[in-house]
Amino acid sequence: MALKDITLGQFFPGSSPIHRLDPRAKIVGLVAYIVALFLADWFVTYAVLLAVLAIVVKVSTVKVKALLKGLKPVIFLLVFTAVLNIFYTPGTPIFSLWIFTVTYEGVLHAFFMVVRIMMLISCTFLLTYTTSPLALTDGLESLLSPLKKLHAPVHELSMIMSIALRFIPTLIEETDKIMSAQRARGADFDTGNLLQRAKALIPLLVPLFISAFRRADELATAMECRCYHGGEGRTRMNRLRFRPGDVMFIVGAVLLAAVIGVMGHFGL
Amino acid sequence: MDPIIETRQLTHVYSEGTPFRHVALEGVDFSAMPGEYIAVIGRTGSGKSTLIQHLNGLLKPTSGEVLFDGGDIWSSKERTHQVRFQVGLVFQYPEYQLFEETVYQDISFGPKNMGLDKEEIDRRVRQAARFVGLDDGVLDKSPFDLSGGQKRRVAIAGVIAMEPQVLILDEPTAGLDPSGAAQILENIRAYHQEKNACVILVSHSMEEVAREAERLVVIDHGHIPFSGPPADVFAHGPELEKMGLGVPAMTRVFARLRAMGVDVPASVYTVEQARDAVLSALAKRGGER
Repeated sequence: MALKDITLGQFFPGSSPIHRLDPRAKIVGLVAYIVALFLADWFVTYAVLLAVLAIVVKVSTVKVKALLKGLKPVIFLLVFTAVLNIFYTPGTPIFSLWIFTVTYEGVLHAFFMVVRIMMLISCTFLLTYTTSPLALTDGLESLLSPLKKLHAPVHELSMIMSIALRFIPTLIEETDKIMSAQRARGADFDTGNLLQRAKALIPLLVPLFISAFRRADELATAMECRCYHGGEGRTRMNRLRFRPGDVMFIVGAVLLAAVIGVMGHFGL
Repeated sequence: MDPIIETRQLTHVYSEGTPFRHVALEGVDFSAMPGEYIAVIGRTGSGKSTLIQHLNGLLKPTSGEVLFDGGDIWSSKERTHQVRFQVGLVFQYPEYQLFEETVYQDISFGPKNMGLDKEEIDRRVRQAARFVGLDDGVLDKSPFDLSGGQKRRVAIAGVIAMEPQVLILDEPTAGLDPSGAAQILENIRAYHQEKNACVILVSHSMEEVAREAERLVVIDHGHIPFSGPPADVFAHGPELEKMGLGVPAMTRVFARLRAMGVDVPASVYTVEQARDAVLSALAKRGGER
């Protein structure tokens, strides 16, 4: 029930080899893995990808339960995808009921689709579980820095992102606190029809917005006091450095995508 | 007399089943009598906020029970809802919960949720405003135009307007100047005396709790090591200091005097008591000569 239990973007601190990888290596690895997921097409390729995921999860010491928890919000999407695929894929019919026909290809397709989405979400969660939000934005900024030549505001965007990420827990905590305070005055957020519920949110949203603006103001002042003037000439406390392990991880991930691509091509 | 509110073997664990698991309270037995003025003291993270949020059903115990007027507050959804009106809780920095267009509307939010009729709401709002020393002119203003101290008093009035039998305040004087703090403590005392309500004050100013409360409850690492009248609790000076709490300045001065061999009582914690103790000690010495 508590808002604190939201796992989206949560980071579980740890010291496993996966935690210690360079964030850029992890991001590139994730992208390669996702590409591989979309190239996979039959049992063999999916099995290989699942095995790789299982090994990485095992090494990362992230609990499987935590990963499955991340899938909870997409159950509806999974069911929806499965149903659509089962009924709308043409092929050899297994049985039909009224206007619905279930085909052999449909069942297979639905199965692969669901597995693909589950693995997609799990591997993304694995990244956020094992990488601190700060490291993640640092990694993104570094990976996107070539775009600076095209005058894209890469530093500004990554600063906006890290500030936003930094404030998610703060705002969740604030929401929790204001909700408790209004509940203590008899506010009811859980019952009533849609209109009543929307109205019940006013005592929550007004103070929340006010405090968000106040915090933004304070943060801007604090940043100016420390002479923040944008990304130009700014040095870093923690510089990202590729180590042999990071390079190996990236090479491995890209190789995996290539191998899966070739295997998929041969219908495995 | 039976306690108005009571916890039995109350245990609360945050984030059970995750790496962030944290035991905030462990087997806590706490009780408050009707009309009693209690202060809960403990350093940051000791579990005092967790405890008070259990008293009006904002947090559900992991194990153990919370009784109001002898009955479990979690026996039904309706009961929990009703208990919240009987056990008023003022959070830390309550001015950040104000949301209505006028002070009057904001104070009436609680009574309105109780389903009272218009005249009764009006009576309660005006009375609550009077308790916290807000004059009628302020009632039509926007709460966001007021000063920090006034905002806080509006927020406290919003809880007092529900006329709770138990009023709990979490650090109501935090961040106020001394005169603003004194005024709020006086408002709380007025409510305590006029309504014969039980007041539970959370604070970490030892001077403040020594002056205001009849009984102190010390919380440390989710347990209650000491509870009793201020004089008894402050007698545990060294232990309190080990918990990062300390004792009022006067108690410290008198402990030092006793260590120097001066014949003064140990249970001194206000300036007035100190004056009396010094005078009587001097008189005794004069008699000896």
